[in-house]
Amino acid sequence: MLATSRNFEAAAQAGLANQNLQRALGLARTGFPLRRRLAVERLPEFEALRETGRSIKDHTLRHLDFYLEMYESQVVASGGKVHWARTSEEACAAVLQICRSAGAKLVTKGKSMVAEEVGLNDVLEANDITPVETDLGEYIIQLRHEPPSHIIAPAIHLVKEQVAETFRAEHHALDPDRLLVEPRQMCDEARSVLRPRFLAADVGITGANFLVAETGSSIIVTNEGNGDLTQTLPRIHIVMTSIEKLVPTFEDAATLLRLLARSATGQEFSSYTTISTGPRRAGDLDGPEQYHVILLDNGRSAMIGTEFQDMLRCIRCSACMNHCPVYAAAGGHAYGWVYPGPMGAVLTPSLIGIEEAGHLPNASTFCGRCESVCPVKIPLPKMMRHWREREYSKKLSPPAYRSGLAAWAWVARRPALYHALAEIASRALGWAGRGRGRFRTLPLAAGWTGVRDMPAPEGRSFHSLWAHRQKGGTGR
Amino acid sequence: MSQAREGILATIRNSLGRGRLNPNGEAELRARVAAHRRNLVPARATALSERKRVELFVAMAEEVQATVTRVCFPAAVPEAIARYLAAENLPAELVMAPDPSLDEIPWNTWPLLQIRRGRAEAEDRVSVTACHAAIAETGTLMLISGAHTPTTLNFLPETHIAVVRRDQVVATYEDGWDRLRVAAKSEALPRAVNFITGPSRTADIEQHIELGAHGPRRLHIVLVEDSQAARSEANEGHSGSAG
Repeated sequence: MLATSRNFEAAAQAGLANQNLQRALGLARTGFPLRRRLAVERLPEFEALRETGRSIKDHTLRHLDFYLEMYESQVVASGGKVHWARTSEEACAAVLQICRSAGAKLVTKGKSMVAEEVGLNDVLEANDITPVETDLGEYIIQLRHEPPSHIIAPAIHLVKEQVAETFRAEHHALDPDRLLVEPRQMCDEARSVLRPRFLAADVGITGANFLVAETGSSIIVTNEGNGDLTQTLPRIHIVMTSIEKLVPTFEDAATLLRLLARSATGQEFSSYTTISTGPRRAGDLDGPEQYHVILLDNGRSAMIGTEFQDMLRCIRCSACMNHCPVYAAAGGHAYGWVYPGPMGAVLTPSLIGIEEAGHLPNASTFCGRCESVCPVKIPLPKMMRHWREREYSKKLSPPAYRSGLAAWAWVARRPALYHALAEIASRALGWAGRGRGRFRTLPLAAGWTGVRDMPAPEGRSFHSLWAHRQKGGTGR
Repeated sequence: MSQAREGILATIRNSLGRGRLNPNGEAELRARVAAHRRNLVPARATALSERKRVELFVAMAEEVQATVTRVCFPAAVPEAIARYLAAENLPAELVMAPDPSLDEIPWNTWPLLQIRRGRAEAEDRVSVTACHAAIAETGTLMLISGAHTPTTLNFLPETHIAVVRRDQVVATYEDGWDRLRVAAKSEALPRAVNFITGPSRTADIEQHIELGAHGPRRLHIVLVEDSQAARSEANEGHSGSAG
């Protein structure tokens, strides 16, 4: 997928001004955190499970070469095939080759962020193969030619009126005067339009939430059942996935599954958790005749052993973005690539480069909610700080910002001077703002005062008040 | 082997600062896998008596909009299904898994039910399956694919009816998986293992939860009480012994 992360600032401004987006995000901002909290409160072991989940992932990453080889040999033993792909191009080429050898014209897809990452749909379309997204959210944005704005709720940026408009524009065969007002009607319409596509597809492509080394199985977690229809009905099932999805055993997967749905949607368990191992067996009445796994690296293997290795624990639950004040204000499209929110702010620079995605690790207040809700305890703020440091040392940030930071650092390393300047500044601002109590404009602070007033300081700095009290003084 | 494969494995080993694991290291990891050691398992379902476990299964399934009918004997299943279909205004035409475990049910006692055995087709509206296990922890059904248990029955029709024997209710996913390991023995796993928790749903439009996105709109569970475990519990006079 083509990255537009360089435009983060402009895109975020546009997002803030987009009323439909703000209405849609308003629903998400309260819903997701509330449901997660209720689910977590019902499971006393949740905190301990987070620790277990983290250690399972860490163990697997430390032995990833071993588990990948074990996984591959088990896939082969069950009659499937593994296609290793270092890059997006290799991944797309492998899918294309499978589709061509089967003479495939129609491909149904369950939601796969890896397929988004490699830009699979564009490649298929360029080769006269029609990809049909079947997850309701993915289907809506495919019709609108938009990228997903959230990793588990791809159309979360839309309100129902926009969905209705899209369906009216695209579903030509249906009665133009039909009622299309409530989400129920739109779900039913999508169901009836997509059902024949499920049945007609030559190839079904799904992602994978986990891969099990012991058995060579792939696991998908869905609520709609589209992933299951996608992988059960066509002749060929292709799993698009990446190397960090490995876990050693089913028992390990079970622990992570207990964390996943609760962290993502606040469900106890998603409607469908499906474990697939190879193609249909002799005697089976249904299921695909071929089972392929595309195993993507795309920069992940190089993250191991670096300060960004912890990011590979991510199980793509979306809790970090659901609890992020920046995501909730700007929306997912502002981030400009496949993965938005805090996990995207760390992962995107790792996969497409800090030159391209330098804005993203800066788009954080470091409030720390993301880390506090992460089911595998990824230290997201710390890693965003690593990216900021790299960006600074590579001289990628703008000159005014760099010289400002350098000046501040120079002063901050001289405490006496720093305290003196802080005292002067707070007294001066306190005096200047004594009448109104706030400022409408301030030099060098247009970023703040452009959208809100700056409160005037009370007159003295904390340090000087503290020193005063230590000497036995009271009051101000 | 492919260049990509060797390239990825080499980068991983390089990043880890080591070569291929030595045989001892590999043997340790193989032993870890073979041990099937359970991680922390929530106590919610494991600490319960058989009776309470079944109650938890029913409560959790109903919480996610599955519906449950409890019958005493296999012989009562056809009537329960017929009544359910009538109440939901659904046709009395079923596609049913050719699963021998459903054969103990005397289907011919309710001749109004038209039954075809096999996989589901596009036009089928109601399916009937058994299950491999039922998991109390989250009210989840565990179904496996096979010659007698086609997967399409679980997803294509609008209404899925699952017949669950009381002695199939286990506490956790791990318990269900252990039953599968015992059943599959040395053979490979089935192609598909489906953990099903309530009917299909989506919240993709304005976070509004709607049932029946692409899979079944309704999931109905017929719980058959008559089983070994139920009988032994009855003999104990419902003392609620640890199960």
